[in-house]
Amino acid sequence: MALLSVAAKSSYDEKIAGVLEPFLRRIEATPPGICPISVQLSLLESSGAHTCGKCVPCRDGIPQLAAMMRRVLDCQADAETLQAMRTLAEMIRDTSDCAIGYEAGALVVEGLDAFADEYRSHIEAGACAAGVEQTVPCETRCPAHVNVPGYIALVQEGDCAGAVKMIRKDNPWPTACALICEHPCETRCRRMLIDAPLNIRGIKKYAVDNAPADTVPVPPRMPDSGRKVAVIGGGPSGMTCAYFLALMGHAVTVYEGRKKLGGMMRYGIPAYRFPRERIDEDIRAILSVGGIEVLYEHKVDAAEMKQIAEDYDAVYLAIGAQGGKSLQLEGVDAEGVMSAVQLLGRIGDDDYPDFTGKKVIVIGGGNVAMDCARTSVRAGAAEVTVAYRRRIEDMTALHEEIEGAMAEGVEMMCLQAPVRIEKDEEGKVAGLVCQPQYISAVKRGRPAPAAANKPEIRLDADIILIAVGQDIESAPFEEYGMKAERTRFCADEYLRAAGFENIFVGGDCQTGPKSAIMAIGAGKVAARNIDEFLGFNHKLDPCVDTPEPRPNVREAFGRVNVAERPARERGKDFEHIELPISEEEIMQECGRCLRCDVYGCGALEGGRIQYV
Amino acid sequence: MSNERKLVTVTVDGVQVQVPETFTILAAGNKAGVHIPTLCYLKDVSDIGSCRVCSVEVEGASALQPACKTRVTDGMVVHTDTELVKQYRKLMLQLVLADHGLDSTNYCFSCAKNGACELQALCRELDVTESAFAPSTPAKREPVLEDNPFLAYDPNLCIRCQRCVGACNNRAHNHTLTTGKRGLRTSILAPFGPDWKSTECESCGNCAAACPTGAITEKRRREYRSWEVTRTRTTCPHCAVGCQMDLVAKDGRIVDVEPAWGPSNRGMLCVKGRSGSFDFVHAEDRLTTPLIKNAETGEFEPASWDEALDLVASKFAQIRDENGGDALAAFACSRSTNEDVYMLMKMARTVFKTNNVDNCARV
Repeated sequence: MALLSVAAKSSYDEKIAGVLEPFLRRIEATPPGICPISVQLSLLESSGAHTCGKCVPCRDGIPQLAAMMRRVLDCQADAETLQAMRTLAEMIRDTSDCAIGYEAGALVVEGLDAFADEYRSHIEAGACAAGVEQTVPCETRCPAHVNVPGYIALVQEGDCAGAVKMIRKDNPWPTACALICEHPCETRCRRMLIDAPLNIRGIKKYAVDNAPADTVPVPPRMPDSGRKVAVIGGGPSGMTCAYFLALMGHAVTVYEGRKKLGGMMRYGIPAYRFPRERIDEDIRAILSVGGIEVLYEHKVDAAEMKQIAEDYDAVYLAIGAQGGKSLQLEGVDAEGVMSAVQLLGRIGDDDYPDFTGKKVIVIGGGNVAMDCARTSVRAGAAEVTVAYRRRIEDMTALHEEIEGAMAEGVEMMCLQAPVRIEKDEEGKVAGLVCQPQYISAVKRGRPAPAAANKPEIRLDADIILIAVGQDIESAPFEEYGMKAERTRFCADEYLRAAGFENIFVGGDCQTGPKSAIMAIGAGKVAARNIDEFLGFNHKLDPCVDTPEPRPNVREAFGRVNVAERPARERGKDFEHIELPISEEEIMQECGRCLRCDVYGCGALEGGRIQYV
Repeated sequence: MSNERKLVTVTVDGVQVQVPETFTILAAGNKAGVHIPTLCYLKDVSDIGSCRVCSVEVEGASALQPACKTRVTDGMVVHTDTELVKQYRKLMLQLVLADHGLDSTNYCFSCAKNGACELQALCRELDVTESAFAPSTPAKREPVLEDNPFLAYDPNLCIRCQRCVGACNNRAHNHTLTTGKRGLRTSILAPFGPDWKSTECESCGNCAAACPTGAITEKRRREYRSWEVTRTRTTCPHCAVGCQMDLVAKDGRIVDVEPAWGPSNRGMLCVKGRSGSFDFVHAEDRLTTPLIKNAETGEFEPASWDEALDLVASKFAQIRDENGGDALAAFACSRSTNEDVYMLMKMARTVFKTNNVDNCARV
């Protein structure tokens, strides 16, 4: 009998684990714009590397499939190869013994469909489809294509005002994005190859904290063009459009339904995330351009929209998604039930609720649900509970929002589907009855909940906040004649409203509820295309240059996070929850930037997404 | 607990059969008279399911199932002849063929197993004459291991089905032939190289018998083609186990031994049975007549059977009569059959008048 050993069978396993972490980071840092077939091939080759060598379809099939895919990637294959690839991939999927093989086959089959255009282009045109070209990750991922390396370099050189100017070149909301942006710019940061993505939002925050937006002069307005443009909606998208159009010399009139500008950034995002005095810094700077007239508390109906479309040379419709979605629940009409939009909208006008001693339940799992929950904590609620159908990891809210809410004492009741709201004899909310769920099969990419074989539970409640999404109040404009699909206005990729020459539409009302930066990006696109439509081709001077690059710092560092006030303290007021970042922290963070605008593809023609 | 095996109903290509629930789809197909091609499967030796040639469609299953290792379930409906199954089978075989290559044996001409190769036969059956996956430049040839006096391993012809591994480890329990890794490829570590003597390999050859191609062969296999020989079923003469085997003869000479499916050996043979049971038949110095030593010259001289037996009988009788039966003992050779050993025992007790009997068959 042989002796047993406590040693690992392969001494490499531990060391391999050390290689997998950078491998994972490399995958995460996949550069935007690369050919999808190259991604597929590298995935297939990784799959092939996992074979144990037993089965023919996996051990022999995958290398053969990879060889064919390599020929396709190299544009040296014909349609027959493509068909042979599909057959072989299907065979690997259908006959492999274990998931190493069959998932590899399945991914190729799915990829052949998902990237059919690219495959066809490689075969028929002998080249990648248009648009396949690597570009600088951060500015590509930013919907407004802000020159991220440029402003990071300016912060590093100590020029925070210059950084604000550089941001403003593409986005007149530097403060908003410094505080509340979802920072898609960080998702493919090349720095991940070395350690972790840069805290780009943090760097922007440092810039606006040290050079407040309303203290940094905007570029000079260009000569009056004699053209008038109406902007409907003074939110992130509308005001971005207004800002750029005004800079170009057009006369802009903003129709704002509420008392103040800012849209959902004011009426949807609570002050502890975006203090009101900070949003006003951006608004003051935008209005300082001149040539922007704002009509407050001016809702536009169908008749007026008709008039506006006639009176103005062009219109940008950016009304956002201001309505609160409700649920078809028994008892939803009880006193004490309100939508997230109602609650947060009132706060936007400084009408703070008093939930002292009350039990609050928030229904939903998105960022707005977290906003409601954390607002309720600050409004003095005795207990705040989030009821959500899925699990915490399935919530669409940002991880830090969920964590922040929990730290402030919010209870997450997951896998609970609301069934009905109980009322007392006065018609007030008394409780919420939920049907427990269990997480089940993945549907459309997300694990779906299913009713669990468990009895209903009842939660005491005085207030129930429904945060399950927002509606677009499209009715007046649809009545006017604008086309919409399930309330989303139809427009082409240039944001020209379907069926109209001089009306452009963008932001949440066109895409459905998304992020502020997407709305800002749309506003910028609309401004440029309206300028083009009006017969101009204005070029705006950002009044700032990008500093010369420093060499890459190849040493690995940790990522500097933005610190927050202690949860038990911040939960008592609506003051900003984040703390300032120190100079030494931000210098280290800026020093990690790899300056992809200069090193690598950024140096190439077409390697950047920048407009002047 | 009942030993009764539960029967289940399975439909294979429209033929409904009742089979024990322990059956595989392959066995059920067999009972239904449906031939499902296999390559890596060898009954009782290996069912690791590596070649996937036997993949069939099972109604309701999310993927094809290997018939050789998938147990039947009640109500199972199997299709073995759909276009998909046939297409995959051929593709699979082409992948195997690309790995095996045809160049190192000049398209099978120089292969010892030409005509007896299961890969060749299957390709013929499924009409696969070449592989779409064959590399444009053949891979570098690997050296053939053939220092073992009986066995040779040509890695170039190996299709990595691992039947040899099953034969050595699961059946012979010798654990001398194992697998190794060359990056992503599995290699067969056959102990037939220069250091063969220092290995535990008994040269039993069960690996060669299991090999579907010409990768592992008995070296004598090169001396004949399968269509040149006749087979005669016999019992191994070496020990009392009574292994069944076929003597393979070409032009009146025994050239090889193949294991047969006997109740005691179930397709296996040891090194003596496989490689030590026929060479002597055609040995130059083999005795063909009895010999009697000439007392004067001290030399053996040919004699007739009558002369020889008379001499032996008279001498044994003399010893018995003069010194008693216990002066004699009967010691049977292990190469004798049980019947012969029995007769010797009988003669010792009744004629020699002794109980001194023994046999060396203790292997």
